[in-house]
Amino acid sequence: MIPLLKRIFRTGILTEPPPPPPPAAEVPRAEIERLNDEVLAILGRALTIREVDAGSCNGCELEIHALNNAYYNLEGCGIKFVASPRHADMLLVTGPVTKNMENALRIAYDCTPDPKLVVAVGDCGCGCGEAGRLFNENYATCGAVENVIAVDVRVPGCPPTPTALMQGILAAVKRR
Amino acid sequence: MLFHAEPIEFTAQAGPGAPAWTGRAADGEDLLRFAVSVHRHGGRIAALWGDDRRREDGCFRLNCVFSLDEGHAWVTLDLRAGGANDGDCPFYPDLSGIFPAANRMQRATRDLVGICCDGGDQRAWLRHGAWPEHWHPLRHDSVHEVGVGVGFPNLPSDYDFVQVGGEGAHEIPVGPIHAGIIEPGHFRFSVIGEKVLRLEQRLGYQHKGVEHRFVGTDIAAGAKLVGRVSGDSTCAYAWAYATAIEAACGVAPPPRALALRALMLERERVANHLGDLGALGNDAAFAFGLTQFMRLKEDWLRLNAQLFGHRFMMDRIVPGGVVLDLDPPALRMIVEQCDALGREVKDIRSIYEEHPGLQDRFLTTGAITAELARELSLTGMAARATGIILDGRCYRQGYAPPAPYAELGVRPATDERGDVAARVAVRFDEIFESLRLIKELAVGLPDGDSRVECAPRPCGCGLGVVEGWRGEVIVGVQLDEEGRIARAHPHDPSWQIWLALEHAVLADIVPDFPLINKSFNLSYSGVDL
Repeated sequence: MIPLLKRIFRTGILTEPPPPPPPAAEVPRAEIERLNDEVLAILGRALTIREVDAGSCNGCELEIHALNNAYYNLEGCGIKFVASPRHADMLLVTGPVTKNMENALRIAYDCTPDPKLVVAVGDCGCGCGEAGRLFNENYATCGAVENVIAVDVRVPGCPPTPTALMQGILAAVKRR
Repeated sequence: MLFHAEPIEFTAQAGPGAPAWTGRAADGEDLLRFAVSVHRHGGRIAALWGDDRRREDGCFRLNCVFSLDEGHAWVTLDLRAGGANDGDCPFYPDLSGIFPAANRMQRATRDLVGICCDGGDQRAWLRHGAWPEHWHPLRHDSVHEVGVGVGFPNLPSDYDFVQVGGEGAHEIPVGPIHAGIIEPGHFRFSVIGEKVLRLEQRLGYQHKGVEHRFVGTDIAAGAKLVGRVSGDSTCAYAWAYATAIEAACGVAPPPRALALRALMLERERVANHLGDLGALGNDAAFAFGLTQFMRLKEDWLRLNAQLFGHRFMMDRIVPGGVVLDLDPPALRMIVEQCDALGREVKDIRSIYEEHPGLQDRFLTTGAITAELARELSLTGMAARATGIILDGRCYRQGYAPPAPYAELGVRPATDERGDVAARVAVRFDEIFESLRLIKELAVGLPDGDSRVECAPRPCGCGLGVVEGWRGEVIVGVQLDEEGRIARAHPHDPSWQIWLALEHAVLADIVPDFPLINKSFNLSYSGVDL
């Protein structure tokens, strides 16, 4: 027990400040800080996300996992991942949406209570960039997430960095 | 040359990749006899896929890769339409009676190419309801109208799970969307109370037609695609693909490129083991482990981003070499990070090992035997955690590892217990060994170019085998007359290890499943393709 406690003490608090504004300066830095307050005001520390992998290569999932590490500490912003779409305010969907997952994704969407937010993650999920072209529609794939359910915000990247994901999630809350 | 005195003549594949031989079976009988002989000599089935060669050779082709002591034997069997066979769906001998791991590969081959085995399990595997039974995407004459809302209707499908009867027996269906942030798949548990009587998996939810996407692309686009078969193994796939293409085109990558590839592959191995060791702690309610390991992983990935330009090093390995170079300050940073990480992991390992609650969950949970591992043709960490010394990077009787591992003298990490604790121990040991390898590679990085031109050679073919962090990643490539990809098949070690998971849960209760599953952490995308 003592080595464990010593280690916790030595590691300290690693959480970094919220991410800088997106490259296109869609949301300026002051906005982000205001957003944090807004998230708290609207959702009372409880934005909940249901992640749905609808056909990704699992690269996006690795970065979504990273959101919960000590550096990004998404849960520290009052945002957490939940197991059921019925408990979720937001669907975080990675793609391309396969035909075999199309139905499951629609069911998850229908199960999410209104008003709901959908964030499409990754080049495949957004249908952009090189990976989006590589994984376009074919006999087994519906392509981008927006081809199946309505999307509020897109977070491109192959895979998008945890910072880009945080920005996307905050931007989606802003749109609501 | 011949293997086991069977009448299939093999030719060795040139190039610096893992040793591989190609040969043609004259008929189904020869293939079957060869498979039996491989099994008798302790070999494994490594991969199986089909190919429509009607335009070029007037036949369908079955490709089987067997793993022998010496290396990999790629056996092809031409299947001519007509004759005693069904003209539209040619048959080949069922190999699943010899190698149970062949079952799902055979079913996937039928769904995609429309050649099938003469008996055994005939349930569809990748085809759920998105296309009709007698339409096969990898046949050249398959026409499909692509677009949203066009093409075939996406019909709901049923799957014939094996039912378990008896008083008190019931089923727990899980998935395709799981509770955590993981890929989709369906698990059907048959249980009495908490006790698992049977687990049957139904996968294919991630099927996005990767093999169909390869057809007709050039070598460069193929490299991008193969790096996205399974994102967590992007370096392993890219290297296996590059080896296959280089063998097909008669190109030898420079030594510096091979060393840099190995350095990236070992970094990928460390990153995944760090993440999984953390998640394993978390699944046993030891959140401290997750926090610590995810922090270490993040540091590791950040150095990847800084030095390799990508957190997972995607698209850095290409046919002909690598598209990056490391200068001496960068190499020094790598060595320093390895030293620092080694100290931290050693420290946390002792905390893991001395935590009674954690060990109580790990020990004896999800155990498989070495005998089962051999029977299911397992490779990689899952096989080594049963005590089997099998690592493509290490010397063994009759086998010499490919460059640059031959000079590094890699020590295989094994553990004979076969349970979650064994897989945790093997992962810890592999982290330390990989850190040593990374340091050796960084210190002794050969001078010279890191990339040579890789001009496509028409009609070439090649096989690449790389020991990824999960196990053996295989890519087989066939080029067409214009030097484009006629057929490429990536094979993930998860094909075989998924079967082991079905066995590993049998002695345990349902709440142990997440822990057992995570101890293997298999790829869905890599097998659904």
